[in-house]
Amino acid sequence: MKNDITELTIKELLNSLAKKEFSSIELIDAYLKNINSFEENIKAFITLLDREEIHAKIKNLKFKIKNLSGLPFSLKDAYITQDTTTTAGSKILDGYKPKYNATVYQKLLDNGAVLIGKNSQDAWGHGSTSENTDYDIPRNPYDLNRVAGGSSGGSAAAVAANMVPFAIGEDTGGSIRNPASFCNITGLKVTYGRVSRYGAIAYASSLDTVGPMAKSVEDIAYILSIIAGKDPYDATTSPNPVPNYIENLSRDIKNKIIGVPKEFFQDGTDKEVIQKVRDALKIFEKLGANICEVSIPSIDIGVAAYYLLAPSETSSNLARYDGIRFGHSRDKFTQETMRRIMIGTYALSAGYYDAYYKKSLKARTLIINDYNNAFKKCDMLIGPVNPTPAPKFGELISDPVQLMLSDVYTLTQNIAGIPSLALPCGFTESGLPIGMQIMGKMFSEETILQAGFAYQQATDWHKRKPKL
Amino acid sequence: MENKYEPIIGLEIHVELKTRSKMFCGCRADWFGLEPNTNTCPVCLGLPGALPVPNKKAVEWCVALGMALDCEIPEFSKFDRKNYFYPDLPKGYQISQYDKPFAIKGKLKNIGITRVHMEEDTGKLLHAQVNGENCTLIDFNRSGVPLVEIVTEPDIRSSEEARIFLKKLHQIIRYIGISDADMEKGSMRLEPNISLRKIGEKGLPNYKVEVKNINSFNFAKKAIDYEIKRHADLLEKGETPKQETRGWDEKKGITYSQRSKEEAHDYRYFPEPDIPPIRWSKDQLSVIRKQLPELPDAKIKRIIKDFSLTEYDSTILTDELETANYFEEAVKLSTINYQLSTKVIANWIINKRVDITKTSPEELLKMIQAKSQVVQIDENELEFIIKVLDANPKAVADFRSGKESVIMFLVGQVMRETKGKTDAQQVKEKIVQLLKKS
Repeated sequence: MKNDITELTIKELLNSLAKKEFSSIELIDAYLKNINSFEENIKAFITLLDREEIHAKIKNLKFKIKNLSGLPFSLKDAYITQDTTTTAGSKILDGYKPKYNATVYQKLLDNGAVLIGKNSQDAWGHGSTSENTDYDIPRNPYDLNRVAGGSSGGSAAAVAANMVPFAIGEDTGGSIRNPASFCNITGLKVTYGRVSRYGAIAYASSLDTVGPMAKSVEDIAYILSIIAGKDPYDATTSPNPVPNYIENLSRDIKNKIIGVPKEFFQDGTDKEVIQKVRDALKIFEKLGANICEVSIPSIDIGVAAYYLLAPSETSSNLARYDGIRFGHSRDKFTQETMRRIMIGTYALSAGYYDAYYKKSLKARTLIINDYNNAFKKCDMLIGPVNPTPAPKFGELISDPVQLMLSDVYTLTQNIAGIPSLALPCGFTESGLPIGMQIMGKMFSEETILQAGFAYQQATDWHKRKPKL
Repeated sequence: MENKYEPIIGLEIHVELKTRSKMFCGCRADWFGLEPNTNTCPVCLGLPGALPVPNKKAVEWCVALGMALDCEIPEFSKFDRKNYFYPDLPKGYQISQYDKPFAIKGKLKNIGITRVHMEEDTGKLLHAQVNGENCTLIDFNRSGVPLVEIVTEPDIRSSEEARIFLKKLHQIIRYIGISDADMEKGSMRLEPNISLRKIGEKGLPNYKVEVKNINSFNFAKKAIDYEIKRHADLLEKGETPKQETRGWDEKKGITYSQRSKEEAHDYRYFPEPDIPPIRWSKDQLSVIRKQLPELPDAKIKRIIKDFSLTEYDSTILTDELETANYFEEAVKLSTINYQLSTKVIANWIINKRVDITKTSPEELLKMIQAKSQVVQIDENELEFIIKVLDANPKAVADFRSGKESVIMFLVGQVMRETKGKTDAQQVKEKIVQLLKKS
């Protein structure tokens, strides 16, 4: 056994717990110790549950055979947690204690997992650096002067700093993959409809997805098995059966065809990023996969389409925070959020609808077609997650257009609804993590997890840890 | 002066469906009379993170109404968000249907039906005094109740035509059984829109006035008449009536301005991303069509044909489904046991000789039979009657001189003689027969 139990994988943790090598209380305390040591610098949490409260929860757990008995975790603060403050990173909801549980949270509770805190994020998911928050900005554990990414930045930082074994993030245009890649962890953006959105505070409903963030593909498979599936409370969840992601994880990827979309290696993409992704492709070749170049020509319109679709939906989704019922008035919206509300309101207005919103729907169809065409030729696609490693604080937030462009590689998967797995594939010379993403067809999580698992069996990037 | 103009009238009607649960959550749809804010959940309160899941029954009923109104049912349909701020609207948008409603292009009584679509009701605002201060309270019990909106073409040319159309629509809705359509409770709400054009002119006038808050067919008629007069007066003065929304004040019998065109909303409709679009299969639609009950017009025709009744009788019998069902049940029982004429049964019901909510069809038939039967008194009983008449000459004389009330005395005497074994009604009729004959 490793000296630090917080470095164990979920599989190892569950084995050790079952063998009573340590208790759940000891396990929680080990994580709480890390939080105690690092949180002051990392700022991964908006709300931390009280230690006594967590202990009481564990003691109340009926230790039947449950999949995750006693395993701690954290949630992005966008998830509704009954009686535990939920803000979505905005002061509008400061102190808001919900009256029900998000489905994803309830499923984890039902499986014996224990919530220890709510992670910092860009308010309402509006951002890719977590700087657009009304609370403390999370810092990148690999360089405290740099962002952790966003919008699920707190969740990524918490996993990277071993404060929790896994977290649930939310991805509308890269919000799981971007911080996962900046913080050297693994994160999955699921197929739209694979995991219930009930109780996820909506940013852009047709793009929002609920997914796990963890230290490895294997850990992701454990969590996905629990949270995936049809939910009677979310009409957009799919009745497709949930495969056994864990059992089939180690299936090899021989003869699988991996497409490399040339548009994912555009000018402006950091050379080290390109190099590390190309290195990873060589590993896949060694594992028996065939690599071919493909094209997703519509990626160029992805940014424009996304920044019409998402603001349009958010302008409607945020209408309920009108100051009547949730305590705090609209002047608490940040500049970035107001900008998105205004853009969306404009795009949906009479006289502009056809030129903007409707056109973005057409672009959406083009993007879906491009991915469908690519997947006719290959089983999965691989490209970088971000064009650059994690920027310094203020670098992107000060330039809204640059902020939008930084999402160029992670927006179109949400527009198309396809799953994409972000995982570490190396470091810059200066020691900053670089991530790649494996994209699959709708509901092909099993395939991309197998590929990611095979890669992580052959490499150890995901095992590197920040020096804290 | 009014004869120079022709009214152009269209109607918008909202109907609350009586499904068990609300449109997008499991709360009760029957909100009326409940303690405020006790019939709510995260979904109908619009709490952060909550999502709508459409009520299948409500959607099917909306389609059924569309079918009953001779509409086309497009294979593809979807929900949209109608965005506007109002305190009774918890999400800041109403889930409704914009360009792909469940039913389009129908007809009822020669009035075109533009569309029939599904949406959700809002909460209710109560203007009250709390601790001496005027304030507005919100009750969300009604929030999310399924609401069907029916929109007609501007094909109606008089207030009476509007009234007849609305009554027919009301009847159809009650026949299908999808709503109580109780206007007092607000489960059916009427909004006429009215404009006038010069007789002989074609095309629609360049304005229209919508009247809200109407809760009876007669008020709809009155409000339309009031508007026709008001518009005609303005047009005579060379003015064009303002395009606006007006309210109906039933106490004063007038309409009053509520909102002008300048304040009209831009609802920024867009497809509701939380609800997948609906694609009907032919099978699904034919199942809904098969479940449609016989509609009033068909029933009127069939009753005329099957039971040899007049159109007048049939129309009255079918006015309420309950009455029609009662009549048919009575006729069915009659053919088994009573062999009464359908006309007689119909007359009893039409003339309200019995309260059909309290008398079973079987009881009704017994009553009719008793009334209409030829008096049958056997020899033995006849002897008793004659004996009683002979023994009471004064009473017989009184009866003959017009004091008919003594008959009950005579009947009583006979009943005593027979120890109550005869039918008093028959005895009474026999006595009358005997005394009037002789």
